[in-house]
Amino acid sequence: MRDAFIRGLTELAARDPAILLLTGDLGYGVLTDFAHRFPGQFVNVGIAEQNMTGLAAGLALEGRTVFTYSIGNFPTLRCLEQIRNDICYHQANVKIVSVGCGMSYGALGISHHATEDVSIVRALPNVTVVSPCDRWEAAEATHALANRHGPALLRLDKSFAPETDTPGELFRIGKARTVRQGRHVTLIATGGILGEALIAASILETASIECRVISMHTIKPLDISTVIAAASESGGIVTIEEHTVEGGLGGAVAENLLESDARPGFFLRIGLRSGFSTVAGSQQFLRHLHGLDGPAIAQSVRNCLAGTPLQYVARACA
Amino acid sequence: MSAITFALSTDASSASSQARELARCVRIHVLRMTSRAGAAHIGSAFSCADILAVLYSGVLRVRCADSRWPSRDRFVLSKGHAGSALYAVLAECGFFPIERLQTFYEDGSQLCGHVSHQGIPGVEVSTGSLGHGLSIGAGMALAARLQGSSHRMFTLLSDGECDEGSTWEPALFAGHHGLDNLVAIIDFNKIQSLAPVADTLALEPLAAKWSSFGWAVREVDGHDHGALARLLHAIPFEPGKPSCLIAHTVKGKGVSFMENTVLWHYRVARGVEFEQALAELETSA
Repeated sequence: MRDAFIRGLTELAARDPAILLLTGDLGYGVLTDFAHRFPGQFVNVGIAEQNMTGLAAGLALEGRTVFTYSIGNFPTLRCLEQIRNDICYHQANVKIVSVGCGMSYGALGISHHATEDVSIVRALPNVTVVSPCDRWEAAEATHALANRHGPALLRLDKSFAPETDTPGELFRIGKARTVRQGRHVTLIATGGILGEALIAASILETASIECRVISMHTIKPLDISTVIAAASESGGIVTIEEHTVEGGLGGAVAENLLESDARPGFFLRIGLRSGFSTVAGSQQFLRHLHGLDGPAIAQSVRNCLAGTPLQYVARACA
Repeated sequence: MSAITFALSTDASSASSQARELARCVRIHVLRMTSRAGAAHIGSAFSCADILAVLYSGVLRVRCADSRWPSRDRFVLSKGHAGSALYAVLAECGFFPIERLQTFYEDGSQLCGHVSHQGIPGVEVSTGSLGHGLSIGAGMALAARLQGSSHRMFTLLSDGECDEGSTWEPALFAGHHGLDNLVAIIDFNKIQSLAPVADTLALEPLAAKWSSFGWAVREVDGHDHGALARLLHAIPFEPGKPSCLIAHTVKGKGVSFMENTVLWHYRVARGVEFEQALAELETSA
């Protein structure tokens, strides 16, 4: 997804000299071509994320479309107040790009796990939060955010779902994508972990449990109408994120559902519940450890349905 | 609030006396604003009143009737807690009606205690959390360089603000990139929130610190309008380097019992104190 992003940004920068990319001294081998091709539109600001973010605000207030780039929590939590005061309050046209989100850098330890940033950043006013699930969404989101004035966070993780787009499909910020139809349960995922949701859906299909799978690439603003429709058209809602369950995608969906008239048959947030992940491991290993891989998601869904005959679930959806 | 009128002249020779009178007006406004509002930071506003007055008496290329004029010099008050002084200067210079100062700190007013740009002509950016302004100024300076514009970026920092690591990140950046269209003025009043700077986190040798970061540094009496103007008209101090002006100031400058005390960082002048302060400012030359 990282490569899809930089390809998208390269296309944009070639057309629009106002595009500027700042990196906090990360992106070895990834940003090199961009830096060579657009030396006037690229600055490595050094390992100084607070300054990078304040600089970005100043540049954006002077008419630039600024992308800040770093990994994990560095471009978000490290400089959160600069994001809040300098970017969001001024509605500065800055796109914060964080690569290696979730537990992409699992073996590097908790300093490199971006597993609370969605909750924290989405609480800020005026910011758009986007977490694509595959390379197509990442490229589309890059273009869409560049063309949408205002602050944004683009979260990219190392994993990506198999390409989910259909020929001619349009990507819109704030409009969820239904990537698989089903009537018993709706799985709403954000980020590359959508691939695990699709695996879970395939496993459940063998037990005649039909899953609708939604890519909620935009967490803020949330596509609440798609969530409400899913609540009334399927038997229950499961949110899936490689992120804490507190205040992230699951929190956003729950908040909005409770304020609506829609009442899902059941509701489950799948994500990190046990605090920090203190052991090293690949992204896949840690997903398995924390019950976030396809088989574990499938089992959690079964547990929700336990004792509920599928005919009943289907009737509830009808 | 009685109207204090200050006419901004373009006559450079009288700029110094203009600045002196503007600073006096600003201090009276700030005294009235903070007293009515029960607002803190009068000492911080007074220490930088002369710097602001000089900046707005012919140093900054700004247009009060066209506050977003693209070629204007940008000014960022990084020490946002001195907002009362900036609002007073802007009002005196005609950016918005002086009467509006009476709403400072009031319910529903856009004149917040810490500087906010929302709805206030002439305020470039909002500040209040220390250590933000210099990065924003550096970003604006970089933008000006990229677009080949000749306008300058002036930022005003407090000394306490130099405790913040986020002040030194842009200091390093601006020095490395030789942003000679960027100016950092340090209001070095030697007193921070709870105690003297020297007893909290010693900054000296402050000039050497900025110099070692690649800045051209000058030091000045921050209440000497003529000296301030001469230096601020000589930006950049050295081609290819950002300029740092360390202004040695007195916290609470202008009111005898407020000067050089930690107390008047937060204390509000009321009753006899207010009357005495007003009398001192009104009779000062």
